[in-house]
Amino acid sequence: MNSLSPAISSDDALLEVKDLSIFYDRKPALRNVSLEVKKNEIFGIIGPSGSGKTSFLKAVNRMDELTPGMTTSGQIRFHGYDTSTWRNLYALRKRIGVVFPLPTGLPLSVYENVAFAPRISGVRQKHDLDEIVEKCLRRAALWDEVKDRLSSLGSLLSGGQQQRLTIARALSQDPDLLMLDEFSIAVDPVTTMRIEEVLKELKKEVSIILVTNLVQQAERLADRTAFFLNGEFVEVGRTTDIFDGVTSDARTTDYVEGRFG
Amino acid sequence: MFSKTHHNVRNYAIEKRWRALFLLMTALLILPVIIILSLLIIRGGPAISWEFLTAFPIKGMTEGGVFPALLGTIFLVSLALVFSVPLGIAAAIYLSEYAPDNLLTRLINLAIINLAGVPSIVHALFGLGAFVLFAGFGTSILAASLTLAIMTLPVVIVATKESLQSVPQAFREACWSMGATRWQTIHRIVLPNAVSGILTGVILEVSRTAGETAPIMFTGAAFFLPFLPESVYDQTMALSLHLFVVATQVPNVPPELPYGVALLLVGLVLTMNALSIGFRVRLRNKKKW
Repeated sequence: MNSLSPAISSDDALLEVKDLSIFYDRKPALRNVSLEVKKNEIFGIIGPSGSGKTSFLKAVNRMDELTPGMTTSGQIRFHGYDTSTWRNLYALRKRIGVVFPLPTGLPLSVYENVAFAPRISGVRQKHDLDEIVEKCLRRAALWDEVKDRLSSLGSLLSGGQQQRLTIARALSQDPDLLMLDEFSIAVDPVTTMRIEEVLKELKKEVSIILVTNLVQQAERLADRTAFFLNGEFVEVGRTTDIFDGVTSDARTTDYVEGRFG
Repeated sequence: MFSKTHHNVRNYAIEKRWRALFLLMTALLILPVIIILSLLIIRGGPAISWEFLTAFPIKGMTEGGVFPALLGTIFLVSLALVFSVPLGIAAAIYLSEYAPDNLLTRLINLAIINLAGVPSIVHALFGLGAFVLFAGFGTSILAASLTLAIMTLPVVIVATKESLQSVPQAFREACWSMGATRWQTIHRIVLPNAVSGILTGVILEVSRTAGETAPIMFTGAAFFLPFLPESVYDQTMALSLHLFVVATQVPNVPPELPYGVALLLVGLVLTMNALSIGFRVRLRNKKKW
């Protein structure tokens, strides 16, 4: 099992996770994860369902605080600061955008969905909001499709558009880290490919954690990939290594080649 | 291939029998409502007039109108809501959105449900002890309204909690993940989408409160007053008590008078319910998911 890779200087690291374990009502859901997410990389996490991938994301933005029964041990450092000692968790969560598996458009208009995060952090001027909304919708490759219907309900968009809306919404927080949790589960293949193109562009500005149960998606997008299996952190490595069989655990190769999972 | 089997025939016959049984039960349920309403309209209708609504009772309450009682009921119900609605909604928000799921919270929830089951006469005695005597409000509109408010609180809390909890949890998680505080989440997303349910609960509660007699009998409602109340420390007449009085306590009342009072009370309640249903339909049409 790899621990923190020595080849990476810690200046590069946006997120450093050390010996993280996650428990629900004291039952372990994920054990001893140690990894780093660097600036401007797409970090893939693969593994069958029930492996603790979503729990990992929840631990990163400290949703354990809002989830009854969820506790963590170990250390997570974001921008070098231990997240368990962050006083202002709202500021922490603002810097980490999340996209959920099923598009959860808020019951608001397209415009208000994207303006929500700026509004709650105090942006009031109409033209500032207009600018943020347009910028985020463009970055999520949705602007051209919705620019004439900004005031209609977000939930009236198609499934693929709604998922891009949630990406635009996550970007409206101006995050340093974007976490996508199986974003393509409710999206058609064409939209999936469009979003993947979007992610490649976004990588220039933010770090991305891409949780997916489509191993090919991780292979296409991720710079490095971690493999979780039934609550166990199996390994992390360069995506090319993971998919070329240069792995430290035989189960990884078995999984990415589709022999189980 | 599609010909009837013995089983099909039997199932169809059984299906018909059950359907008829349920229909009969529903009809039985509606029957008393129809009878009561038609009786009230037929026998009480002739008593309703402009004078009936706007004049004082005269000649030992055997003639004249019910204006002070009508006004008193409106006063009592409005003031009770002023106390119970903000308190009830605030408590429900705490219990639904903030409270940790532990033994204390469960005990509080249990206590609220039990409070809703306390008979109104017990509330009346509590109001007498707490507001009339201990707090020194005397028998007054204030004491009676507070008693009604205590009585309505659990229902307001339960209705509010249920409508808050009907807002999908995913919306809250999406807001939290954007760095919204609990309060920002509640007032921007949860409350706007729960308001129709809350209103419905509150208005239905109004109709129940308007009809209550026991809680106000000892705390602020008067048998007869020749003048209108001037402040919340005065007593008042109320429709529910007035109905009891003219139906059982006063000799030589013309037979249509009690029916008229009952019709007015039921009319008031039904108007409230209709408003509540109207509200709910309008807000539900605006529902956004």
